[in-house]
Amino acid sequence: MGSFLLRRSGVMLLTALCLTFIVFFLTNLEPNLEKLTKSEGNMRMSDAQVQSWLEKNGYRQSLIKRYGEWLGVAPGWTRTDEDGKTTGRCIKRGVDPENPPKYCGMLQGNWGFSLVFKENIKGIIAEKLALTGKLMLCVLLVMVPAALIIGVVAGMREGTKTDRSLSAFSILTTSTPEYVSGVIFIIVFASKFGGLRWFKGTAATAMDNITFENFTLPVITLALYGVGYIARMTRASMAEVMTEQYIRTARLKGLSFSGVVLKHALRNALIAPFTVIMLQIPWLLTGVVIVETLFNYKGFGWTLVAAVGNNDIELLLACSVVAVFVVLITQLISDIGYAFLNPRIRVS
Amino acid sequence: MDRLTALEITTRILAQFTPVWIGLFVILLVSWALRRKLGLYGKLFGSAIGVSGLILVLFWILTAIFADSIATMDPLTQISGMKNKKPGWPVSGMEGQWYLLGGDNLARDVFSRMVKGSQIVLAIAPAATIFAFMVGITLGLPAGYFGGKFDTLLSFLANLVLAFPVILLFFLLVTPEIRETGVPLVMSGVLFLFPIIFFIMLFYSRFKEQPTKLFITLAVTLVLGGWAYSGLAFNKDPFGVFYMDPNLLNIFVSVVFVNSPTVFRIVRGLTIDIKTRDYVAAAQTRGETPWYIMLWEVLPNARGPLIVDFCLRIGYTTILLGTLGFFGLGVTPESPDWGMTINEGRKLLAVYPHPALPPTIALMTLVLGLNLLADGLREESLRD
Repeated sequence: MGSFLLRRSGVMLLTALCLTFIVFFLTNLEPNLEKLTKSEGNMRMSDAQVQSWLEKNGYRQSLIKRYGEWLGVAPGWTRTDEDGKTTGRCIKRGVDPENPPKYCGMLQGNWGFSLVFKENIKGIIAEKLALTGKLMLCVLLVMVPAALIIGVVAGMREGTKTDRSLSAFSILTTSTPEYVSGVIFIIVFASKFGGLRWFKGTAATAMDNITFENFTLPVITLALYGVGYIARMTRASMAEVMTEQYIRTARLKGLSFSGVVLKHALRNALIAPFTVIMLQIPWLLTGVVIVETLFNYKGFGWTLVAAVGNNDIELLLACSVVAVFVVLITQLISDIGYAFLNPRIRVS
Repeated sequence: MDRLTALEITTRILAQFTPVWIGLFVILLVSWALRRKLGLYGKLFGSAIGVSGLILVLFWILTAIFADSIATMDPLTQISGMKNKKPGWPVSGMEGQWYLLGGDNLARDVFSRMVKGSQIVLAIAPAATIFAFMVGITLGLPAGYFGGKFDTLLSFLANLVLAFPVILLFFLLVTPEIRETGVPLVMSGVLFLFPIIFFIMLFYSRFKEQPTKLFITLAVTLVLGGWAYSGLAFNKDPFGVFYMDPNLLNIFVSVVFVNSPTVFRIVRGLTIDIKTRDYVAAAQTRGETPWYIMLWEVLPNARGPLIVDFCLRIGYTTILLGTLGFFGLGVTPESPDWGMTINEGRKLLAVYPHPALPPTIALMTLVLGLNLLADGLREESLRD
């Protein structure tokens, strides 16, 4: 188990390094830098001016070096111009220019400054993640129990009418991406067209004060797409367990059907869905971006869209790092959890 | 002229779809009559889920084929006075013409845009899926069959792409800026090579001992493949037949890139499983080359799960294309593709819901059809 953990974490770190490098490369492409220069300086800069600005601000070093600086493993650049004024990556306002810190990257907690929000990125990310965290928590609280119940009920008596209709429902939800269900929900439940007006079609007010009225639609929209997938996995796993010998033995012993399901089948049937649920969390990220845009809930996904739309390179990088780590950590947890839950792997 | 009633709108829409109904009827009748001779496809008629999926998919395929006669208006023409008009509104200045499902924010016909949009979706999604399968199969077979360092490296790369949040990858890859740098060109240059490699290996391993057949098949592959390759990847087709808009190429390549690692993993897993079978051992004893075994022994026996995944993946690709459209990264700004239309419609959802609703339902039914079809195929292929 120890060496497994170690190897797994090693691969994860390597993956994280590769992924952040790719993101770094893609966000720092030449046209993006030129756009950045023009928005930092002024729109009518000549090409030569753009180049000299990039040169002055350390964008003309090799990509590897800049990645190292951004990460915080290579010393930040410094430069003394003709007037003897020293500028550098680590020399910001409030820092002694004579004696700047040597490293200032992500690892040192220096996440940079957002151009869109005019704030420190660390603060923005923390605030937005908290908002998205609330959304995710509600989604998981709705999605997981619903999916497990549907899957177990459908899988415990394979081939019955209940099974067929629940399976059809699962297929329907997996065919309905968030931007489709969200639009339909808003039309039915939040516009005069549907006539119901039970909920609000925007979750902008939910950022300060979550109510049943303004938070239901985003949560349901997000949960629905995942429900079908998890339910189908649970159903398959449950149906497989129900054909095992020990279930038949328990049944022949005289245990009631519900007793067999609750005591013998469930524990074994829920191992596979656990992995699926953990792996579903990164999938939710795409959904979060869509739902937050659709319902105007200014969380992490909304920030990502804003960063992309405004060429805010540092904010986009920070968002990407967070997203990549969420994905990798859930993968790690799902691997470890699977090994831990499955006695066959745990013992060996 | 008066506005049409709900009943009149329904009848008129159903009437517009006449070619589709006829086509659907003929195809289903013929397939049903020949169902015992059609293998897996024929067996599909044994499951209600499979048939309903097939009907939905066929409906949209036929709609895409007959789109020109189904659409009542031009999907791009804006007619003054028709902005955001309700369904069934008569077109001003045109006798006997209605906007059957109303007008959108730019005074275009919602119904015709939905119908025309099916062409875009049904052209890109299956093509991108086929390319992703070519890449996944060409790399997954040797990775699973040989194992070792090659497998470790490829699996690491596949996991790398899979660990990327899809939406982030799209935001980074599908931008106007990235086209200036040539990254999509490099990617298409690499990804579009795989189908050619696949077919060369396929024919070479089979006809190695028969020079005439080998020469003919390889020549056809190289000429056709090279022709399409030059046109699609680099837009250098001397005859101008194969051409892809730079923006479309960008989207296409990104979608293939996102899908192929998953296909790779599936093919690799299937290969590892199948290579322990007796018929593979028999082929090895006969002295067949590894590529012959992979392409002519392993691959045909992995077709069941691959066909099922193919259906699911077209649906998933449709969803991905819609997602791109939803964020305004669609094919072209004016194009009637469903994701873009949903994106335009959602902005005025509370006031005018009718422009957004038809494309959402269209997209949902198409994906639903594909998923049901996959489910039916899985059920039937597991039966024997």
